[in-house]
Amino acid sequence: MDTHAEPNYYAVFLWLGVLTVAEVGATFLALPKVLIGVLLVSMALTKAAIVGLYFMHLKFERTTLGVIAVTPLVLGVLLVFALMPDLTAVDHHTANVPAAVEGHH
Amino acid sequence: MSQAATMNQAAAVEPAETPLTPESWGKLGMWLFLAGDAMSFGALLCVYGALRVTSADWPRPSSVLGIGLTAFMTFLLICSSVTMVKGLSAIKHNDRAGARNFLLLTVLGGAMFLGMQAYEWSHLIREGLGLTGNPFGASLFGTTFFLTTGFHGCHVFGGVVYLAIMATQVMAGKYSSTNYSPIEIAGLYWHFVDLIWILVFTFIYLL
Repeated sequence: MDTHAEPNYYAVFLWLGVLTVAEVGATFLALPKVLIGVLLVSMALTKAAIVGLYFMHLKFERTTLGVIAVTPLVLGVLLVFALMPDLTAVDHHTANVPAAVEGHH
Repeated sequence: MSQAATMNQAAAVEPAETPLTPESWGKLGMWLFLAGDAMSFGALLCVYGALRVTSADWPRPSSVLGIGLTAFMTFLLICSSVTMVKGLSAIKHNDRAGARNFLLLTVLGGAMFLGMQAYEWSHLIREGLGLTGNPFGASLFGTTFFLTTGFHGCHVFGGVVYLAIMATQVMAGKYSSTNYSPIEIAGLYWHFVDLIWILVFTFIYLL
């Protein structure tokens, strides 16, 4: 049985609540879309980390268990990079279609 | 008995506890299940992103979906995570009545979440959004929206049933301050459902 001290769950709840309000508020900011996107993803990952560390007690578990927990995130990021060539190729194809068609005439 | 024979016998016997989670094998099993499940959600969110980036008429989610309602649903799941940890804390202190009440509050939070999701879905379906159709733009928006939120909703439903069973077992006196591992494992599942919703809320509704 675990013997670690219990975290202050109400403080954790407060942080998650504040971050949720901040996330919704960020969508109304007059900033470039990319910057808002970075802000939103950062806040979401922070909230997910808070849930994992304090509610799921990863902060008090062995490091290897943390590695198991983080593995899906690492694979998810790899999947994004693996999809990148296809996603960027679509734009190139779309942009090059008129030129390619003109070249044949 | 020779040393080699002793070693062979030791290798054949399953160790009594895992070094990763000495409390129980079940906890390690739940973590491995959650890691696999997280990859499913990761794939769904990646597909959503890939289709959105390559679509010319993907609708702006905030103009189609109700952000206020889903922000409240997020808040509700966060609240239910707090009641879950308080329930675990109560049983650790041998407070069975407290554990039962907190678990039932968690079940209530999950059930309210499902009710709100059903309301949101029925509203969107009435407006014409479906698995194969979307009056607001790309039809795959509807497909990915319903698949991702539906997959998560199934997890919430599973969690509500799971925790209701745990609450019944707490009431039957099955758990105590020395035997609470199954509640901790159920809690891991519930917090995972909360964690995934945090990501779904950001990627599907806010971005």
